[in-house]
This record gives sequence, C-alpha cells and structure tokens, in this order.
Amino acid sequence: MIAAPWMRDSLESFISLGIPFTERNMKLKPIFAAVSIATFSSALLAADMAKEMTVVSWGGAYSNSQLKAYHEPYMAANAGFKIINDESSNEAVAKLRAMAEAKNITWDLVDVEGPDSQRLCDEGLAMEMDFDKDLAAGTDGSTPTKDFGASLINKCFIPQIVFSTTFGYRTDVADWNGKKPEDLCAVFDTKTFPGKRSLEKRPKKNLEWALLCDGVEKEKLYEVLSTPEGVDKALAKLDTIKKDVVWWSAGAETPQLLADKEVVIGSTYNGRLFDVIEEKKQPVAMLWDYQIFDFDGWVVPANLPEDRKARVLDFLKFATDTQRLADQAKYISYGPARASSQPLVGKHATLGIEMAPHMPSNPENAKRFLVNNIEWWSNNEDEMNKKFEAWLAK
Amino acid sequence: MEQIQTPHGVPLKKQIARALFKQKVRALLLIAPLLIFILITFVIPITDMLLRSIDNSIVSDTLPQTTTVLETWDASTGELPDEAAFAALYHDLKQAIEQKNHTKLGTRLNYESSGMSSLFRKVGKDVSKMQEGISYKEQFIAADKLWGNLKTWTLLKVYSPKYTNGYFLAAIDMKKTADGAEMLPASERIYLNLFARTLFMSLVITGLCLVLGYPIAWLLANLPMRTSNLLMILVLLPFWTSLLVRTSAWKVLLQQQGVINDILVWLGVVSNTGRLELINNQFGTLVAMTHILLPFMILPLYSVMRTIPPAYMRAAKSLGATDWTAFWRVYFPQTIAGIGAGAILTFILAIGYYITPELVGGTQGTFISNRIAYHISSSLNWGLAAALGTILLTLVLVLYWVYDKIVGIDKVKLG
Repeated sequence: MIAAPWMRDSLESFISLGIPFTERNMKLKPIFAAVSIATFSSALLAADMAKEMTVVSWGGAYSNSQLKAYHEPYMAANAGFKIINDESSNEAVAKLRAMAEAKNITWDLVDVEGPDSQRLCDEGLAMEMDFDKDLAAGTDGSTPTKDFGASLINKCFIPQIVFSTTFGYRTDVADWNGKKPEDLCAVFDTKTFPGKRSLEKRPKKNLEWALLCDGVEKEKLYEVLSTPEGVDKALAKLDTIKKDVVWWSAGAETPQLLADKEVVIGSTYNGRLFDVIEEKKQPVAMLWDYQIFDFDGWVVPANLPEDRKARVLDFLKFATDTQRLADQAKYISYGPARASSQPLVGKHATLGIEMAPHMPSNPENAKRFLVNNIEWWSNNEDEMNKKFEAWLAK
Repeated sequence: MEQIQTPHGVPLKKQIARALFKQKVRALLLIAPLLIFILITFVIPITDMLLRSIDNSIVSDTLPQTTTVLETWDASTGELPDEAAFAALYHDLKQAIEQKNHTKLGTRLNYESSGMSSLFRKVGKDVSKMQEGISYKEQFIAADKLWGNLKTWTLLKVYSPKYTNGYFLAAIDMKKTADGAEMLPASERIYLNLFARTLFMSLVITGLCLVLGYPIAWLLANLPMRTSNLLMILVLLPFWTSLLVRTSAWKVLLQQQGVINDILVWLGVVSNTGRLELINNQFGTLVAMTHILLPFMILPLYSVMRTIPPAYMRAAKSLGATDWTAFWRVYFPQTIAGIGAGAILTFILAIGYYITPELVGGTQGTFISNRIAYHISSSLNWGLAAALGTILLTLVLVLYWVYDKIVGIDKVKLG
C-alpha cells in the first residue's frame, strides 16, 4: 500500500502518542503496518454501508405502517442515512427481472407477497438468506427460524406480516330483509343475498372458495383442483354468480365499490376492509369465514454491491425484530409473522382501539381458514389462468 | 457512343455521381443523431423483444448433454429414453444446480406443462443425494415419478432446439406436441377471440369517432373565428387532460350508482332495481375510448376542411345541385384525405390501447394489449408476450398495406 505523505505523517504522530521515543523507530514498522490496516479497515466498515437505500413497497396505508414502524426509528438511529420509497411492488417481479437483465439494480429491498418471492427465488433474482445469522433472535430467546416458523416459505423470503383475503359486506342492504351473511357460501347465494359481488380477476382463491361452497372438503381442495373435472366444477359454481360479479384487479377497488354501493359483498385484503370499517366508518362488516392466509415480506435483490448489501442486512436485522414487527400492527391490521411479536400487539396508534380482535389470526376470526398453497399455484397458475380467462370471455 | 466528359477528362456521369454522393453523405450526417437515437431507443429494443418470441436457448443451454442425447431418441416408440439420457441429465443438472439455473428452466417449462416448476425445484435436492454407479434412470424415477413419465421427456425433446415456434403457436391457441401443432381444447382458447375482438372494437371506435367528429370538424372549419376558437378549446381541453382522469370520470358517470343512472332513475326511465350496466363491459370501453380518441379524428379532419374554399359549395349550388348533392359530390370527396389520416391514426392508437380497456372493460371489453401486459408483468412469460406483440404489429402492418391499396397512403393528409 502506498500511503500519501500527509497520511503517513498523521499516522506517525498518532502512533507516537503512546510509545516511548526510544522505542519508536524500532517498533514503527510493524505497528505502522498493523495500525494502518486497522484504521483502513474500520474506515472501510463505516463507508461499507450505503448512505441511501431504495425500499419498494405497496404504497398507501401499508407503506405508511412500515414508515412509522421501521423506517423512522432506523433513520433516527442512523443519522445521515436516507430511505427512498418506491411504490412498485405490484410489478416488482417483472421490474426486478428487467433490472437484472440490464445489470443495473436500483432497488435494495423489495416488499412482495409469498408466491412472488418463490418466483424471484426460482429465477435467481432474489438473494438467499441465512435466517439464523442475518436476522435478530426473538425477545423470548427463540432462534429466527423457530420464531418465524411456517412463514419461512423459501430461502429468499423474510416475512413481515400475515394477511388474509376475505369478504366485507354492506350492513344496510334493504333486499336482504335483515339477514346477515354468516358463512362464505352467502357469496354464492344470490337468492338470500341479492346484489353485485366483487371478486378478484384471477383464478387464485376464487376456485378454492367455489369448491368449498360446492361441498368439497378443505383437505381435498387441491386434489380436486388437480383434475380437469375439479376445475370445471369450480367454474360451474362460479357460473352461478357470474352475471353478478364485478371483477377487480387492485386491492383498493372493493373498498371503493362497497362504499359506492356498487357491490354488496366483495373480497379484498383484510387491512383494506379495516380501513373502510374503522377509519372511514362505512356501514360495512367483515365476513371472516374461510379467509385465505398469505404472507407478505421482504426480498433482497440478488447481486447487490457489497456496501448496499451490508446496509440492507443491517436494516433488515433491525426492521424484522420482535418489537418492530409488533409495532407495525399499531398502524394496520395485519398480523406480525413472528410468534414472539404476537403478545406485544397493542392498540391502534391513532384510533386507540385494541388491534388483536382485528388480526386475521385472532382465534375468533380464524375459526375456518385456508392457507394459500404456494407450491400448487406455482405449478398450475399458468394453466388455471388460461382456463379462467377462457371462462371469463364466454 | 462516346461518353461526355468534363474539361478535366473525367466522365460526366462519374462526376455527377461523386457530387451526389457528397450530398448524400452530408444529408446523412445531418440526420445521424436522430437515426442513432431511433436505432438505440426504438429499433434495437423492439427487435430484441421480438426475438424473444422465438428464443428457446434456455433448454439447450441448461441441459446441453441431455438435448444432444435426446436428438436420437424417438418419442413415438412410447418408450422412455435409455440410461444414457438419464446420465446426461444428471451431469447437466449438477452443473445447472451449481449455477442455480435449474429453477429458471423449471419456470420456462412450466409455461408448457404444469408441474415442471416444482419438479425442477425439487430436483436440486434429489440430485445431490444421487450416487454414481447405480442406474440414474432408477434413481430419477424413484425421486419423482414424473421423470418416468413419457410426457416429461417428450416436452424436453420438443423444446430442445434453440429456436421454437411454441410461443407463436400458444399465441394463436395452439400447442406444440411430438406430432406437430394442434389446437387447444375449447375451454383454454383465448387469444384468437381476443384478437378478433380487438380488431372489431377498434373498427367500431374508429367509425364512431368519424361519425361524431366529422360534423364537429366541419363546424370548426366553417364557423366565424370567435365561435370556432371557443369550440376548438372545447375539443382540445379534454385532449390535454390526463388519460387516467378522463377514464376515471367515465367510471363515475357510468357506474350503476353513477350520475347517468341516477338521472335516469330520477326521470323514471329505469327503475331503481333495474339500473343499466353501462360500464365494465364492451359498452364502457366503446364510450370511454371513443371520447378519448375523438381529438385524433377531429384535428386532421379540421386541418383538411379548412383548406377547402367555401366557393366550391356555392358554385355547386348555383349550378343547381341540392344541398346533399353539393355536399356528397363536391365537399365530401375533398375531405377524404382528412378522413384517411384521422381513421388510420385513431385505429392504430385504438388497436394497441391498454389502460382504458383495463379500467372500464370488465371481462368483455378488454383488448389483446391487456393480455400482453399480463404476460409481461404478472405471468412473466415474456416469450408469449413478445409473440402476441409481434402478431399485433404484423396485423397493423398488413392492415396498413391493405389501406394503402384501397385508399392510397399518398392521399392521406394531416393538413
């Protein structure tokens, strides 16, 4: 290493501080080498972490909950560091692939749903993690692997929350003669509960719900769906309400449709319904029956430069610890993915209501539920989509 | 015949050619920045995207030995490939797993056959446990019985070549099999229908724009300056407004609890329970897109009509023509150039439209571009998206050619 003269001078004077003058010349060489390596590497460590980080998420209330629970405390603890927010999670997979092909990855951390993380992992677009090393242990002493448990669906995915897709209905529909939907099959019962419904414009979840209401047992769902007859059966069930369905593709649509009285029942993410019911005070109620659980979490793009990777890992360790995950539930009604965070879930930050009863995992809400079978869908989504689109166009 | 020469003894022909060449080079240099810009930002990316519709190198790149061995295997015998193929597969996969390419290949093959995605994900673990010296064939089949399925191997063989027409076949609802292409079952056909719908609806939208736009353009060209200026602003104002705002406005107007339905109920035209469905169907797409594309029809029409001297109509009438004859025989033929320009502009814009059909089209009013977007951003099947895009581009070019033959492109005038 060739040090600049001024650098050597300052190093020498620095070294000379604690060393008797007589010994100085003798010891200078080895110490010089040792100290210069030490200072050099510590300087590298400080510069080792990028000063900026681009975090990609879903926007709206969800991004806000992350901002309050993770970003702000982290930035407060790391002066001079900045988080840039991007709201492109909707197209994260396609954009990450395009970035990887262009060899210019501008994102550092991306919030995606479980199934998308699987695809990113399969394509080598997301970094594989070493959970026990990269994440913080639970406050109860459990290892991250144990604490996150079943939510660790693949090697690339660092879970944050459990959310569910479920139904909300208007409580003021005159045609229902005072009856209230009590189970999932109310969605398919247009006689007792006339009116439009909103469903997501994709086969996932709708096929499962249709089969459940067509008498298929929960345990046999995917077995039945794996046969062409099973898919036809599900589509036939959906046929019975097809003319009453408004199809949505963005999560914000159902809350809007419910508020506008365009539909009387609709599926969407539970946090969106919480927003309509508790914050916007609309006459809407939850129908938790057979809610479908999904995980949402972080992935780190593969092949980040070292300094940015170091920063992301540092942030991740902080943002996914027990307290931070529990804090997020103060701002949105999604359940923390860590077991050790569950007891710490408290009240909503502004509304002041207890959040636990609004969590999808609350026992009262989760009497009957489904967990999205990511493996099955990763194999069959393309084919199901073809059939579903052909059916829609009929 | 003797050649004409310049005073310097150079043939005149050569001298002229030299001068012309210099001129050409100079002209080329002047437009070079633009040419390079178009090449880099337009031609290269589009060509690259179009090439993806036939590119299939991932299979032979990931499994080079296997694909070579499979060349000699005949799927029609109904027998699985022999041990050599399985051994080649083992060695290929070992390489692929090291570079983490096997799951990528699984994703690619899953577009063709459901189940490949998890088969290849799982094989990562399976291969690491396999031992040399024992039959690979037995080990693979023991690990997953899909390896003992003829369909898996047929798929590998069919998709071995570096280039495939598989994406194009998929884009016209067909499927590649060992015995050639065949149609998909009716319950899985979507694209031909969508192409037909896109073409038909674009034509209807172009027609509606012409019918609605023609009188407006005529008014614009013939009213006194002050009134026509005001009218012009009314045409341009929506043109300058964001596309999303206009589409959302239509949503507010047309939905069942929306303004139009409310008025109809208030007037007693429809009952409260019988509100009309005006959006999330073809009607919604037609209305919103006609509104959005109207200025593209009006403006070329207007600029052509402005140049037609009013004296022609007066002359026709003074010679005894009725109003209709004067319009149809004298005025209308002179506006053909504007109609041509407006129609082709509107049609080409409509055929590739994406955001409006997505927002107001429901299930029956969406276009092929919505499927292309789906394959780009959701299913990640970029090959199929590229094939659909190529077909759409070809369709437009063919229609342009037909248009040129019928109307004549030199007759099209923007002003």
